[in-house]
Amino acid sequence: MENLEQFRIEVRQWLELNCPDSQRHPMAAKEQYWGGRTGKFSSADARLWFERMRDKGWIAPEWPAAYGGGGLSDRQGKIIKEEVKRIGARPPLVSIGIWMLGPALLEYGSEEQKQKHIRAIVNGEIRWCQGYSEPGSGSDLASLQTKAEDRGDHFLVNGSKIWTTSADKSDWIFCLVRTDPNVKKQAGISFLLIDMASAGVSVSPIRLISGESEFCQTFFDNVQVPKENLLAELNSGWSVAKFLLVHERKLMSELGSDSPRQVMAPNVVAHEYLDVENGKLVDPQLRSELVDYDMSMHAIALTHFRTFEEKTAGVHSAAPLVMKYVGTEAEKIKSELLLAIMGSRGLGWEGEQFTDQEIDTLRLWAMSKAMTIAGGTSEVQLNVIAKNVLQLPKS
Amino acid sequence: MALVLNEEQRLLRDTARDFLATSAPVNALRKLRDEHDATGYCPELWRQMTDLGWANIIVPEVYDGLDFGFVGLSLIMEETGRTLTASPLFASSVVGTSAILMGGNTQQKENLLPRVAAGDLTLALALEESHHHRPSTIATRAEHQKGGYVINGEKTFVLDGHSADKLIVVARTSGEYKSTEGISLFLVDSSADGVKCHRTIMADSRNAANIEFEQVSVDADSLIGDENSGWDILEPVLDRGRIAIAAEMMGCALEAFERTMDYLKERVQFDVHIGSFQALQHRAAHMQAEIELCRSVLLQAAFSVNEAPEQLPILASLAKAKLNELVKLVTNEAVQMHGGIGITDELDIGLFLKRARVTMQIFGDTGFHKDRYATLCNY
Repeated sequence: MENLEQFRIEVRQWLELNCPDSQRHPMAAKEQYWGGRTGKFSSADARLWFERMRDKGWIAPEWPAAYGGGGLSDRQGKIIKEEVKRIGARPPLVSIGIWMLGPALLEYGSEEQKQKHIRAIVNGEIRWCQGYSEPGSGSDLASLQTKAEDRGDHFLVNGSKIWTTSADKSDWIFCLVRTDPNVKKQAGISFLLIDMASAGVSVSPIRLISGESEFCQTFFDNVQVPKENLLAELNSGWSVAKFLLVHERKLMSELGSDSPRQVMAPNVVAHEYLDVENGKLVDPQLRSELVDYDMSMHAIALTHFRTFEEKTAGVHSAAPLVMKYVGTEAEKIKSELLLAIMGSRGLGWEGEQFTDQEIDTLRLWAMSKAMTIAGGTSEVQLNVIAKNVLQLPKS
Repeated sequence: MALVLNEEQRLLRDTARDFLATSAPVNALRKLRDEHDATGYCPELWRQMTDLGWANIIVPEVYDGLDFGFVGLSLIMEETGRTLTASPLFASSVVGTSAILMGGNTQQKENLLPRVAAGDLTLALALEESHHHRPSTIATRAEHQKGGYVINGEKTFVLDGHSADKLIVVARTSGEYKSTEGISLFLVDSSADGVKCHRTIMADSRNAANIEFEQVSVDADSLIGDENSGWDILEPVLDRGRIAIAAEMMGCALEAFERTMDYLKERVQFDVHIGSFQALQHRAAHMQAEIELCRSVLLQAAFSVNEAPEQLPILASLAKAKLNELVKLVTNEAVQMHGGIGITDELDIGLFLKRARVTMQIFGDTGFHKDRYATLCNY
């Protein structure tokens, strides 16, 4: 424990010296640095902050140093995260490679794959996107139809993926593809890494109710993918997918506390937009909704803390399996609450008559509806709890 | 670590579970109810519980206590929630003992704590004066008289009040009707002249009383803590009580939930187990999620009593509010998912439902604690 306290002091001192002041307050979505071949920094300070964190090994502190990570323990990684959050520093790199693909590469990748891809992720050189869902395969993901045929030295890929986040700005995509159509649907899936610059890949952004186009549909028309880009064994892609889904759900459940967008807390916004008398919010309904939300978030934060402690102590519990459900449902409630607190000022779509915060709140409210759909709907999460925790009979 | 039990704590919980399952199953409460037992709990069982040291868990070693910490006590409370065990554990060993520990002088501690811990003496807190928890709304008065005090007033919902040997009476020695200023705590013998006790028969078949105090004289050394400063003792004592009763509610909810899950796997309709219906699965899974959140809250709240007292008020209100909601949801769903048999007296589920409703009113309902939480968050 003493060593960890010492480590925390060192982290704090290093951040104090190395995080530019301009990087210590919330950023707008357009200020995020996503890396990749076309990635741009929003300022010289943003570049400096990224380069310092990269050189320190703290872009992915818990990953092995041999591949460009920090080689630190989970507890040390958590301390860095806490200290970064304490000073309100922005994430230097926002990366699906770090959130999603990296852990799968470390778990399933060959030595060559790790050497090639992990360092490029940590250095922000390659931006990744995820190719899981298809127009005909949403909640029933294993029914996916995009096929990869064995053509000797390469796979020939045909089909299309949907909800590919920022595919129009990404360099590579990791995909679930069908490599055997004649077995049980989960048993004929493989996990392929595909360079988006390959001939036959095309991307079409999808306009959403938020007015943004974060998601795309990605098409594969006779795309040749080298055999070396297969992650894990042929036809064992479903195992990788399940591993990553667990990981993704954990991340989504933590968004409320670790969101790179850092929208203001409802109880702070409430003091700005609502009448207060004798230190109390006058509106009883909103005060009641606000305290419900705050208590939920308090309970969720304590449960994240508990799952971390349990993992460290090697104790098994059902808590991790419920967190995606409770975390994303709470995020939706938060967005509804912010909108209600802002009243008609929370309804501004664009223009000078509304503040950036008001417009962002509305756009994020619309996007929050995706939270309980992406990464497995809330209903799918409840199915998982019913089956794996409660062991209720198959429906 | 705070949110993971250590080996000793797990052992204590397992011992408590085994003991209660054998010596105090739900049927024991049923028997007390059906026989209209005058004491309302089984003295022999209470003797066994005190022999196990349960009344002594939070008492420091200087008073011959086990000094095991509040987490340990909350684990035992949780297990008594599973079996609906009627005993003076909450009123005497949690609330009464905490009041003496936090407010009593050395003489009171030396005199009372060992007897309470041994089960030779039971305590009860006479606080409430209306049908909602309003701890500073005190009309009961204590006035100076011949070197002591004379107490007049009426108390309600005094848990274990009819069987306690001594009452800790919350009375006003000065200040306005609803003010937290001017409140004092007094130790009063339940057999003293002018104390009139009316046992109340309530939904949960447990033990509470309405108590009248008419010209009840006590000496000066029956005062706990300083005159007019009772609120400073009362508030942390109530917070301990809130967490302990929340732990009991967790046990009550878990037992009702697990029995219901078993039933879903057993009951066949339309030629299939009803647990295969998604309409029931999703509601069950939602309850599991709420249970996980409540588990973390409860652990942190119990931990804060000894290790992080600055967080105690907000965590106590969080725990009581969350467990109020959980136990209400789970007991209602337990009845509904059992269907027709769920509303029969023969099935134990109804006993959990009724105990849940009583615990929801003890030391603050959901609205009380939501308001307190919001106030502590400055809104």
